[in-house]
Amino acid sequence: MTIYLPIAEVSVNAFLLLGMGGLVGVLSGMFGIGGGFLMTPLLFFIGIPPAVAVATEAAQIVASSFSGVLAHVRRKTVDFRMGTVLMIGGLVGAGIGIAIFNMLRQMGQVDLLVKLCYVVFLGIIGALMFVESLRAIRRLRSGKTAPRRRQRTWIHALPFKMKFRTSGLYISVIPPLAVGALVGILAAIMGVGGGFIMVPAMIYLLGMPTKVVVGTSLFQIIFVTAFATLLHATTNFTVDLGLALLLLIGGVIGAQVGARIGVGMKAEQLRILLALLVLAVCGKLALDLLLEPAEIYSLSVGRF
Amino acid sequence: MRLILLLLCLMAALPARAERVVAGLSQTHVAITTSFSGSEILIFGAVRREAPLPEGALHVVVTVAGPSGPVTVRRKARRLGIWVNTEAVEIDAAPSFYAVASTAPLSEALSQTEDLRHKVSIPRAIRAVGTAAQAADAESFVEALIRIRSSNGLYQVLPGEVSLTEDTLFRTSVALPANLTEGDYQTRIFLTREGEVIDAFETVIAVRKVGLERWTYLLAHEQPLLYGILSLAIAIAAGWGASAAFRLIRG
Repeated sequence: MTIYLPIAEVSVNAFLLLGMGGLVGVLSGMFGIGGGFLMTPLLFFIGIPPAVAVATEAAQIVASSFSGVLAHVRRKTVDFRMGTVLMIGGLVGAGIGIAIFNMLRQMGQVDLLVKLCYVVFLGIIGALMFVESLRAIRRLRSGKTAPRRRQRTWIHALPFKMKFRTSGLYISVIPPLAVGALVGILAAIMGVGGGFIMVPAMIYLLGMPTKVVVGTSLFQIIFVTAFATLLHATTNFTVDLGLALLLLIGGVIGAQVGARIGVGMKAEQLRILLALLVLAVCGKLALDLLLEPAEIYSLSVGRF
Repeated sequence: MRLILLLLCLMAALPARAERVVAGLSQTHVAITTSFSGSEILIFGAVRREAPLPEGALHVVVTVAGPSGPVTVRRKARRLGIWVNTEAVEIDAAPSFYAVASTAPLSEALSQTEDLRHKVSIPRAIRAVGTAAQAADAESFVEALIRIRSSNGLYQVLPGEVSLTEDTLFRTSVALPANLTEGDYQTRIFLTREGEVIDAFETVIAVRKVGLERWTYLLAHEQPLLYGILSLAIAIAAGWGASAAFRLIRG
């Protein structure tokens, strides 16, 4: 059954979209990730114009994050105060990100920018996660517990300190604002929620307890991606409702299935699998940049 | 200028006025609905004659052209080890869709001068003046445009696809692909003898989005803020609905 997407102006198989939504949903449920970094490249691959893919994926992330954050609110694992600070940074970042996106689109370099961002960030995060989980597995085998470190670093010397009760932190607002802004920029450019950068940054940079990290990250992602969706819709007219709906239906069902699979697996195994997945996506995109493409010309409708 | 052209056309057509083309289309409206997956248009007609059959090979050439617009063609080159868009050529106007069907290969059915005059073949249908100043080998950019759109089924060359019976009745079909853009699709039928155009017929196929497709498209372009908010509302409702539904199933 093919369906004509009104904004993308292409006709695609509805079941393919549902299936992609479902597959990414299963992975996101298993690993507790948004899945934007998998979905956006998949959308490029099936021929959705990059600008539409990035904008529409932002709308879909709003839905899946909202669905996820409700569960965390019930479990009281959302630090609203920290979330708000991150969100303020994130909104500023998203605005900058959209401006960069539009500027590079006019220059014809947006594909390059998006792909470079993917390769660099997925490469770093994937490699870090892989090494970290290998170490964790070795530690478990040797029977030692991980040393809990919470030292005073340069982060604690910054001014404008604020109390974050849920996280049990008393730190400056500058690092969370900066982290929020950075992730906001990436969210707008890459069409991702940015959880894969936000979560490690919250744990390692801000020193937040692991149990509040995912809920807080989801909470702020809703607002930042909602803002990015609105900006894409009003400046580029590239949000495709039909596409978003199909991905969403597959995604929410897949996420629930994935969450059940995830419960039955060990955390270290999950992390190593996720690291491999991230590295695989990174490798595929890196090859695209490094190997000579089959068609070195590309078209874009309109003037420069 | 236009008057001279008109006169020239009339003069060219005068001696052959004895043959005229009468044509029809299976449909003059194409509705893009949610389930749109392409459309096949049947173009048929006959040659009306008031004099005995003249000498020379008779051919029919049919073209269907989508709305024209500027296109930027970019070329990648290797910079610092990665492939980057480096050069760009802006083409003034290229049709979003173009099909040219004929009874014989185009070079046989139509002379070079007639092709130039009526802009029948694909390279002629693309207006690429002033591209030479933008890159050293501007032609390869135009060739790339034709190659890419041809591989997407947007540019079609269909030699021998028009069937002509008894030098009188002709018919052909043109497949409009699923990735169609809205607009008026100019359809032209040329009757040629010995490569010279002796008569032409012109009509329009109106391709329009309808129903939900039209509504969504218009809302997105005319009320973008409202559309954005609507998208978010649907997204949040779906997220909440999914969460509530699964809690019900589990609980």
